[in-house]
Amino acid sequence: MEPNIDSGFLSATLLIFLSAAFTNNILLARFLGMCSVLGVSKKVDTSMGLGVAVIFVTTATSGINYIVYNYLLIPLELEYLRLITFIVIIASFVQLVEMIVERVSLVLYNALGIFLPLITVNCAILGVSLFMIGQPYSFLEALSFGAGSGFGWFLAIMLIGGIREKINENALPKGLAGPGITLIIIGIMALAFVGFSGMISI
Amino acid sequence: MLASILTALVFLTATTLILSLLLIIAEKWILNYGPCTIDVNNGQKVIDIQGGSSLLNSLSENEIFIPSACGGRGSCAYCKVKVTQGGGPLSPIEEPYLSEQEIKDNVRLSCQVKVREDIKIQIPDELFNARLFKAVTASKKMLTYDIMELGFDLVEPDEIEFTAGQYIQLESREYKGADSVIRAYSISSLPSEKKKIELIMRRVPEGICTTWAFDHLKEGQEVSLSGPYGDFKLQDTDAPAIFIAGGSGMAPIWSILRHMHEKNINKKSYYFFSGRIYDDLFFTDELFGLEKKLSDFKYVPCLTREPEHSSWKGERGRIPEILPRYIPDAQEYEAYLCGSSALIEACCSKLSELGLKDEKMYFDKFE
Repeated sequence: MEPNIDSGFLSATLLIFLSAAFTNNILLARFLGMCSVLGVSKKVDTSMGLGVAVIFVTTATSGINYIVYNYLLIPLELEYLRLITFIVIIASFVQLVEMIVERVSLVLYNALGIFLPLITVNCAILGVSLFMIGQPYSFLEALSFGAGSGFGWFLAIMLIGGIREKINENALPKGLAGPGITLIIIGIMALAFVGFSGMISI
Repeated sequence: MLASILTALVFLTATTLILSLLLIIAEKWILNYGPCTIDVNNGQKVIDIQGGSSLLNSLSENEIFIPSACGGRGSCAYCKVKVTQGGGPLSPIEEPYLSEQEIKDNVRLSCQVKVREDIKIQIPDELFNARLFKAVTASKKMLTYDIMELGFDLVEPDEIEFTAGQYIQLESREYKGADSVIRAYSISSLPSEKKKIELIMRRVPEGICTTWAFDHLKEGQEVSLSGPYGDFKLQDTDAPAIFIAGGSGMAPIWSILRHMHEKNINKKSYYFFSGRIYDDLFFTDELFGLEKKLSDFKYVPCLTREPEHSSWKGERGRIPEILPRYIPDAQEYEAYLCGSSALIEACCSKLSELGLKDEKMYFDKFE
């Protein structure tokens, strides 16, 4: 059965979003962006702050990096410079976003403010851009991949934050408290996410 | 080959250049808050600045020095000021450093408050006159087994104006395991010696700043200090005075007494100094010498733990027990106290019993 072009295009974009969020979850399947998860996931609301910021930045930077890669780096045959180019672009973009947020909404700036600089050094963002160019995506699909990956990371950190809040009061062996138990939680959650693998392939 | 290297170089340079330019323009354009004013203490001083930088920096550019140890990172919490208008919402960096009462009183960390609009703040008056000094450690002299006299030569600015009894804040440098901290010390040198500062410091076990000063600070080393602060000073009255001090509380009184001698200020005065044993006393000869130089001055060192059979001829016991024998009626007197809070509280309640009014007691309490 040949689906018509319109719905095929839509479902392809949607599928990319879902697969990026679940089957190839950037945090739980690829284990990227771990340091900020360990650092910030103590509470659900801070997790939410960082998660939302990551969704926004992954989406926007995969769009920008898609354009830069396909319309600058490939024509100039400078693909091997993608790593450093992406890093510079992500860092500047985060700075810019920080300024705009500060000017537009102080409340949002205070809620996100300390998380935005953290994102600059979040390897998940760079990872998303690098994975994205490895696939034959169109611009919209690249955006969808970025948004999906960001959403997957958001979902994961929210879940971990929720679990950490719940076990906050529990008596843990001294050596396990903090990052130790968090890594174990992430491991178990990653096992659960393995269940999604193979459901959608991109 | 060469061409591709060149393209790569040009591309990288161009990208970073364009991005940084973009950011600079964006910062100028997006974060331009225009001219703002900072109103200090209800119009006592109004500062016009370009908005966009932190309150702490805007104030120090205009020569109002709020103490700060961490350089605006929001980790020392020394730079608290009251922002009554226009500070914006409390940031998550500030929150852990403020008590509930301080949050209610609009106290903020001035390094974390950005000036985005006209702002009104309240600061203690003394901060108006305070300056930041660069100084060089000139001398370290042990006065007793645990008390040291520290001398600094002022470098930039090279003179200080203060009244005898005021204090400065000294910033310690980092040393193994300890961060830089700021601690207050009374000035023991004379106001007329404008080019130097002397402090009297007692070693506090595990104290970050005193350990630094005793063990790590070297003669010739540069330090930064700010001041003068404080309103502990000799009152301009004819009333007779009682000075009470213990340990390094000697510093402001040592300065005040010599200032009295220098300026020919004549008033009846007693100085009770508390120590545990004879070895706790310092400047003893000089202080007994002042009895002859000042018109009507008596120095009474009091030792609480001096062995009974020692050759000590002076007073034995706590100051509150000894006071009434010298001053049966304290109604006419003013009292100046400097030392630990235990000493000050005990002496104050004794002085009240002897008829001295609460508003005539001036103190400089150590925490």
